[in-house]
Amino acid sequence: MAVEVIMPQMGESIFEGTVTKWLKKPGDKIERDEPLFEISTDKVDAEIPAPAAGVLTEIKVAEGQTVPIQTVVAVIDTAQGAAVIPVASAEAKKAATQPAKAANPAASTPAPVRPPAAAESADVEGEERSSPLVRRMAREHNVDLKGIKGTGAGGRISKKDIQAAIDGRAARGPAPAASEAMATEQSAPPAAIPRERIYFGRYEVQPMSIMRQRIAEHMTFSKRVSPHVYSIDEADMTRIVQLRADAGGEFTRRHETKLTFMPFFVRACVEALRAFPIVNASVDGANLVLHGEINIGIAVALDAGLIVPVLKNAEEKGFLGVQRAINDLAERARGKKLKPEEVHESTFSITNPGVFGGLMGLPIINQPNVAILAIGAIQKRPVVVDDEIAIRSMAYLTLSYDHRAVDGVTGHKFLAQIKRHLEGWSEELL
Amino acid sequence: MAEVTREVTYLEAIRQALIEEMDRDPAVLLIGEDIGVYGGAFKVTAGLLEHFGWERVIDTPISETGIVGAAVGMSYVGLRPVVEMQFMDFIACAFDQITNVAAKSHYRWGAPVPIVIRGPSGGGVHAGPFHSANPEMYFVHTPGLKVVCPATAYDAKGLLKSAIRDNNPVIFFEHKYLYRRIKEELPTEEYTVPLGKALVRRQGRDLTIVTYAAMVHVSLQAAEELAREGIEAEVVDLRTLLPLDRETVLESVRRTNKLLVVHEDTRTGGIAGEIAALVTESAFEELDGPIRRVTGLDTPVPFSPPLEDYFLPNASRVAAAARELAAF
Repeated sequence: MAVEVIMPQMGESIFEGTVTKWLKKPGDKIERDEPLFEISTDKVDAEIPAPAAGVLTEIKVAEGQTVPIQTVVAVIDTAQGAAVIPVASAEAKKAATQPAKAANPAASTPAPVRPPAAAESADVEGEERSSPLVRRMAREHNVDLKGIKGTGAGGRISKKDIQAAIDGRAARGPAPAASEAMATEQSAPPAAIPRERIYFGRYEVQPMSIMRQRIAEHMTFSKRVSPHVYSIDEADMTRIVQLRADAGGEFTRRHETKLTFMPFFVRACVEALRAFPIVNASVDGANLVLHGEINIGIAVALDAGLIVPVLKNAEEKGFLGVQRAINDLAERARGKKLKPEEVHESTFSITNPGVFGGLMGLPIINQPNVAILAIGAIQKRPVVVDDEIAIRSMAYLTLSYDHRAVDGVTGHKFLAQIKRHLEGWSEELL
Repeated sequence: MAEVTREVTYLEAIRQALIEEMDRDPAVLLIGEDIGVYGGAFKVTAGLLEHFGWERVIDTPISETGIVGAAVGMSYVGLRPVVEMQFMDFIACAFDQITNVAAKSHYRWGAPVPIVIRGPSGGGVHAGPFHSANPEMYFVHTPGLKVVCPATAYDAKGLLKSAIRDNNPVIFFEHKYLYRRIKEELPTEEYTVPLGKALVRRQGRDLTIVTYAAMVHVSLQAAEELAREGIEAEVVDLRTLLPLDRETVLESVRRTNKLLVVHEDTRTGGIAGEIAALVTESAFEELDGPIRRVTGLDTPVPFSPPLEDYFLPNASRVAAAARELAAF
């Protein structure tokens, strides 16, 4: 039996996806749930498992192509699971077209059990996918479905398509597919700068990846809707640096996960968010939405972009739980193995430019949050302690926040609370 | 022109129907558990004992089968009893009296049974598995009965008055989520709503959503959401499940060529399956896509509020299914 592989819907508001990579080629044997291809959508990049075991007989959508959800991207023949590869491919094709052939008037009499609708459909169509209504309209108006380009799910010919053909309003021949039309629309955002000021001298044009385009949209949107305001503070991390140096090895041995600085900051943020619920919020018109959960988005840099997986219910987790969850999310983010729901529903975000040596960051708020914390590099600096100059491990903390929801006094108090928590760290690590 | 009065809740509309019918016809009486002195679990019958007296507002012991049996007997001698089930979940206790006696009486002996069995059904109020059920399909499967599921205050009043005047046993499913949540202005003058007539509550060209009771409001909300995206959904409120208004459903599907059925009742054996069969039998060549369902899950109604929210269809699930169907 031929099983169709479709472009899945990765989240409720997603309508299309791009095939970024095929992990199998036609003729390859494949197990059910074995990774088959990689996709990129507006929300997440993911590896898609095979829906059935068998032989991949056909790839219908090439790498780099963007298609609407539910589009058939490949076909797996389940009957040919054990057969020899090249033969399987050819036979599978034959098997897929069998029903249409059997009903062809040139072939022998159809079996008496065949339902009338199936016989009728065979009269007017070959491999075109349509509906009972479309086949009736085709019969009544003497229209050959072969000449019609379907714009329904999976290239299906819908009522709209055949009505257009009947009305003579085009649709006959190669009309632009819905996906192409959509792609053109999206890849042409209104350019604010005259083109001659962009294209001069020698240049190379690199199309933005889907992820790049989404980041661009999201960041522009955030700057437009949220009046950003920034507060900067500085934390003495000496104690935590020492704790981590002392306990790191034992922590990894015992828990089989590495000890980073991030859980210290997450725990400090959870305490501060509890103390200042307005920072753990969203703005909806004239309403402030205070979230009951503390879900912390943590920016993870990827080769060609970034993604913000969300540590859900951080307020319910202990130190070890936070560390484990962060390591797991970061690892799967880099391996493109995040589930769509793992990048949704953050209530606050953290970004860590410090790991790349940044002294401090002034990040853009991750909508619909109202604040984001940037952690600067932890470095030894001369500081004044009890009227003496001491060498301490210091880090700049920056809070970008939405002035619609949060005022300066709250922003500074929030940061001060994080600083106090870090400097007076009291939680056991092991 | 009908004059309008103050806004009336779905619950108040039911009370008005009871009072008006009792005023109009001395044969109409009420019988049930705690409906007199206590005024009913949801206070639908509050004050009626004082107004009509104990002979016409009868408190009974806790025995649903006894109550329905008594009502059938009363109907044989010319009375028109309206039975209250405290919760429609408990109607199962009276199953034998309803399906074997009330439903078959006219067929077998020519004796009509003009009774109404009414009460609160449905979920969404965190009342758990024994106080949230939608048991309408047991009775839709029983020839001889009529099954009514109003979605608005106007319909609740007009349909209940018609049910009381009908000479057949009518099971009248009120939706407890709607009792005090919806309000509308009702005409001051007398009106009834005929049994067995569906109503197109919203017109649309792209697909038909057939639904009833509380899901009418959910579907209308979804239709609003879809309209903002350019998808025009037609919403058909069945109002009566038995007899089913086949013509209104088929007429709408012939216009839109796509059908989504939405109900709160569990999926397997729900009315959606029956409607899907009706449409494929009578209008197969009008269909431009598969018939889809958005329904309650095949489980009891959960007690936990998040689980109950997951169990119940909501506007975003309806909209998602409609979107997919529209694009098919």
